[in-house]
Amino acid sequence: MLIEDQVMDAQEKIGFRLRSLYSGYGYSRYKMSKFEEYDLYSRNKDFLFSDSVITFTDTNGRLMALKPDVTLSIVKNGKDTPGKVRKLYYHENVYRVTGASDGFREQTQVGLECTGALDGSIISEVLKLAAESLKTCAEDFVLEISHLGILEAFVDAVATDPRVKKQILECAGEKNLHGISRICREIGLAEGAEAPLRQLLTLYGPPRTVMPKIRQLASENGVGDFAGELGQALTVFTGSENENKIRIDFSATGDLKYYNGIAFKGFISGIPGSVLSGGQYDALMRKMGRKDRAIGFAVFLDMLERLTEEE
Amino acid sequence: MLNIALPKGRLGEKVYGMFAEAGFECPALLEPGRKLIFDNEAAGVRYFWVKPSDVAIYVERGAADIGVAGKDILLEYRPEVYELLDLDIGKCRMAVAAPEGFRDHPERTLRVATKFSRIARDYYTSMGRDIDIIHLNGSIEIAPILGLSDVIVDIVETGTTLKENHLEVIETIVPISARLIANKSGFKFKTEAIERLTAALERGAKQA
Repeated sequence: MLIEDQVMDAQEKIGFRLRSLYSGYGYSRYKMSKFEEYDLYSRNKDFLFSDSVITFTDTNGRLMALKPDVTLSIVKNGKDTPGKVRKLYYHENVYRVTGASDGFREQTQVGLECTGALDGSIISEVLKLAAESLKTCAEDFVLEISHLGILEAFVDAVATDPRVKKQILECAGEKNLHGISRICREIGLAEGAEAPLRQLLTLYGPPRTVMPKIRQLASENGVGDFAGELGQALTVFTGSENENKIRIDFSATGDLKYYNGIAFKGFISGIPGSVLSGGQYDALMRKMGRKDRAIGFAVFLDMLERLTEEE
Repeated sequence: MLNIALPKGRLGEKVYGMFAEAGFECPALLEPGRKLIFDNEAAGVRYFWVKPSDVAIYVERGAADIGVAGKDILLEYRPEVYELLDLDIGKCRMAVAAPEGFRDHPERTLRVATKFSRIARDYYTSMGRDIDIIHLNGSIEIAPILGLSDVIVDIVETGTTLKENHLEVIETIVPISARLIANKSGFKFKTEAIERLTAALERGAKQA
């Protein structure tokens, strides 16, 4: 029986279209339980959107949680696949606190995770699918991409104290250049010491115009290899119909305890926050005793509730 | 068209002056009346007056592309926005104040009265100090006088109110000023207009 379009709302339609997209690229569905042992989240609190998790005691006395996140479960329940790549997609609800006073909300996410012996072509494929996912939601979108290895090197050049590094990364995520300079003065750095970092953060725009400048700046600061990785990953868009929707932007950051390499966020015109978020998380894999590399992203379907079919 | 949320009041009028000097004027904005939204299509801007503490909400939720909010509000509510510029106006500081001659007893829980619970908690957590937050919505200064709290965490501009109530600043937590903020998604789709305005405001702020 064919299900007619009009019985589905925008979120459901997009959800099924995304599943069909990922399935067409060889990703298999990963279905999981709504619950997970709380211990998984208490050990990885910084990875979560917020500290708060809904917990309950199971009939056998174990402390359980309603899943606030999907990636941690996939990493925990998977096994290393040396020399191979494991491609999974999911369509799940998560339970998390989204705003300062919003309380818990159920959110629907569709996303994919790719683990194993990742190479440049897989990373490019994931970026391409991120752009295609946004296009599935709306024509007017932007996918911003950064490289955390480059950003971390520029931050390390001005700060080594983890607390200060965290503050500087927060400022980077806010495009808060004056805040970075203030922190640098507070820790006693000479005027202008943060100039390369400030320059990196002001280099945003389409890869065609920005990438040459990134290559030069990165190579002057000893991270030319990372710029090479970024440039290589972005070639998947060269000449494609999505090329003019791609922006390099180093304000797309992540917690360096978990994320590394390529990081990205997706935006749709008229929707106030990012509707897609993803990146490489080899660091999380190591933290959880895995040797595989990993990359993935999630599309936040509840953000798309107000999208009309025309959009 | 750029939607701009301005904080009602004296600071907002000063901020509008900076926008007007930067070439984004809208004279109707200063005319007396109850109108709240003002367009200048030629300059590509639409202004609206909102309560100062609400500016960040309008911007975070995308009803405004940009706005001007105090750093105190940004630190307290942590909205998901870009902080593009320190406008260097509305300058004051977030401080801890106590009755004159106050002696701290580190062995006791410190009772802190404040409107800015998150800022106070973050500050004392960073020092490893156990505190009891008493959240108040105004007239914070009377809390230590009446024995409701040991100290207060509040915005201090000139210090006159503190002095009149026999209080004094014992620690400065962070300097505060007005910041230009932008919605993250709006910035992606109106980059050129927002950058043009930011650059003009930055030039104006440097000349001032």
